[in-house]
Amino acid sequence: MAVREGLLYSKDHEWILVEGNKAKVGVTDYAQAQLGDIVFVELPQEGDSVAKGDGIIVIESVKAAADAYSPVSGSIAEVNEDLMDAPETINEDPYEGGWLVVIELDDESELEELLSPEEYQGFIEEE
Amino acid sequence: MENLKKTPLFGLHVELKGKIVDFGGWALPVQYTGIIDEVKGVRTQAGLFDVSHMGEIMVTGPNALKFLQKMVTNNVEKLKYHQVQYTLMCYENGGVVDDLLIYKLGDEKYFLVVNASNVDKDYQWLLDHKIEGVEIENISGDVSQIAFQGPKAQEILQTITDYDLSNIKFFYCDEEVDIAGHKALVSRTGYTGEDGFEIYCKNEDAPHIWNKIYQADKDQIVHAGLGARDTLRFEACLPLYGHEIDKDITPIEASLKRFVKFKKPEYIGKEVIQRHAEEGAPRTTIGFKMIDRGIPRGDYPVYNPQGEELGHVTTGSFSPTLNLNIGLALVKNTGFNVGDEIFIGVRNRQLKAEIVNIPFYIREDVK
Repeated sequence: MAVREGLLYSKDHEWILVEGNKAKVGVTDYAQAQLGDIVFVELPQEGDSVAKGDGIIVIESVKAAADAYSPVSGSIAEVNEDLMDAPETINEDPYEGGWLVVIELDDESELEELLSPEEYQGFIEEE
Repeated sequence: MENLKKTPLFGLHVELKGKIVDFGGWALPVQYTGIIDEVKGVRTQAGLFDVSHMGEIMVTGPNALKFLQKMVTNNVEKLKYHQVQYTLMCYENGGVVDDLLIYKLGDEKYFLVVNASNVDKDYQWLLDHKIEGVEIENISGDVSQIAFQGPKAQEILQTITDYDLSNIKFFYCDEEVDIAGHKALVSRTGYTGEDGFEIYCKNEDAPHIWNKIYQADKDQIVHAGLGARDTLRFEACLPLYGHEIDKDITPIEASLKRFVKFKKPEYIGKEVIQRHAEEGAPRTTIGFKMIDRGIPRGDYPVYNPQGEELGHVTTGSFSPTLNLNIGLALVKNTGFNVGDEIFIGVRNRQLKAEIVNIPFYIREDVK
């Protein structure tokens, strides 16, 4: 399973790309493979406030619905509306086209609790 | 995973990189390449399934027919030699003990195929009602079962047997059929809505048969896991125990009236089932498609346009074949028509759906 350099990771299998005071969030390659064929996403609204650990997006595969959790606290600055018509992009391209939301950070110190690529690699190998 | 039961094909599932899950105590693959691929493969070409976890029970003896007539809802007397029948075994309250296939292998010999999760319960239920002149044997541990389903199934399977498979008509079987050098019971049955075969063989022969079938035409065969199996049976509206049927749901409520007969001797549950059939059952099973965006799942509540809760979804999913989000629901029997609007409680919202004809999917050549 691909783990990318230059990203941070949560133990709930989200990746985070930090750019200034914003974080782009998606699910990892490992997570999309676990979910199987993704056929629907329920996205939040721009402007919604989220707390770290909140379920923010429902990702539905053929067989089940799963939550993606917010790895940080803040407000939703952008959502990937393209996923409404092409949810399978999360399977095909989890780190680029399959991004989920951009969150404006409330507390940048929360980033320190996230995992490095090496730590995340170790984490999924243990799962 | 170590504590789970494994079928004789377990090693092959691991080699094939199947995603293994705990399925009612059995270690079985939920998928190999992906559910959508596997469903499409079975609908357009052919798919191989390991269903060795299913249960097999032999009922023999001079009173075997009399006994089975008492135990199940369909008319076993109608079965011809080597014919197969889908039927339901019920409790006194009309609820379902299990759904099963009965194979007539002789005037005094019947082969029952039951759900894996119900084998022990079914076997005990049969023993509890046993009569003189009947022997009942649970042979589940000795039998492997491979399902080979799809429009290309016959053509491909024919390349590894000298037996003319066209001799086996829909819902018939033959015994001692040579498949890749092994004797097997082969029936033209299955649980996908496609044409195809179920092959019952000795445990030690199963891996060889599985490999031989796959090698016969690798390009046109998918390995199909439990996820695809559930989606396929759901599209064809074949009931699943614990969802569409259960100990508290009668066959009439589950819309399975065609497998219930009243012009036959008394059987367990007949009184309640007949009353449901004649006077109307308190609940009924409907099929629907989503109009709003969202996927219905099992146990989600169902509402009428006035907001009254009518019942719950029994199975719901995205259908790869129809490219729609669809569901089956068990609801209060207040009279429904195709096109009626209902609402499904998806998490905290009520999403619009429309009642449609079931089955959702019927294969082209039997429409």
